[in-house]
Amino acid sequence: MEFNNYFILGCSAIGAGLAVIAGIGPGIGQGIAAGHAAAAVGRNPGAKSDITSTMLLGQAVAETTGLYGLLIAMLLLFVKPLVVK
Amino acid sequence: MGQGILLSGADNIDFMIHGIFSYELFGQTFWITTSHVCSLIVMLIIIAFIFAANRAIKKGSEIPTGFQNVVELVVEKLDGMVDSTMGKCAPAFRNYIGTIFIFILVSNISGLLGLRPPTADYGTTLALGLMTFTLIHFNKFKHQKVKGVIAGLCDPWPFWAPINMIGDIAVPISLSLRLFANILSGVVMMALIYGLLGKIALFWPAALHVYFDLFSGAIQTYVFCMLTMTYISDAVGTE
Repeated sequence: MEFNNYFILGCSAIGAGLAVIAGIGPGIGQGIAAGHAAAAVGRNPGAKSDITSTMLLGQAVAETTGLYGLLIAMLLLFVKPLVVK
Repeated sequence: MGQGILLSGADNIDFMIHGIFSYELFGQTFWITTSHVCSLIVMLIIIAFIFAANRAIKKGSEIPTGFQNVVELVVEKLDGMVDSTMGKCAPAFRNYIGTIFIFILVSNISGLLGLRPPTADYGTTLALGLMTFTLIHFNKFKHQKVKGVIAGLCDPWPFWAPINMIGDIAVPISLSLRLFANILSGVVMMALIYGLLGKIALFWPAALHVYFDLFSGAIQTYVFCMLTMTYISDAVGTE
């Protein structure tokens, strides 16, 4: 059976959608980090700026895995590595 | 097959890197792209700032006024950031961290000037990541000597060395991909909004610019420099 490029492009779009599901993990992680930071500020309001910068650093690192999923989706949609030239 | 099938009806969506002209060198074709032009513009902006700052400091007074205030604030903030993270090895790395901080920050917010941010090109961020990688390993060999490096590589057990090595190699890749993907997602988002909603995108995209260009760009700059400093001070060691 022969698959043409439109079929491959459609499957790439589905794959891109699946790849973006990777965003769930960082969402949960960032939420946990923000929740704990809020609790920490409640306990120790004096350290607010330190807590905020630590939280932002941790969240940005946690974001990385979600961005890998985004990158895969972008590669599939715009670079189209699977399409037969 | 053309580009049209993906975004049919929206031909004005454009966030790719374009080649401007190509030249042959040693049988390879090299391209001068929009990223090169944009990073050149960013460098010109920084150089103009440097000359203005130099002049302001040279005829500066004891009580700073105007532009001298801004320059002193920038230098003090950068020094304070490096000092608080790196401790005693801060003086050796103030210049490097300050340089990459200013370059990445101006690159990230250059989307506000209508440029395509140079950091949305993997070539730029990979170069930055490789510079950090080189610094980490240079300092590791300088401060821990060959014996310490081998001991660090065989940390729990000797057969763990390949896994530690993969961990070392992953550092520049994850550093550069994090910066690249964050800025690229902002660029793509803004291009989609201007391309698809061009008719009604009048004033409200300013709020999105604040988030994608200013907030995200500043946070990613901070994270890149923070992680670079942490890795380098790890490599230098505490004793």
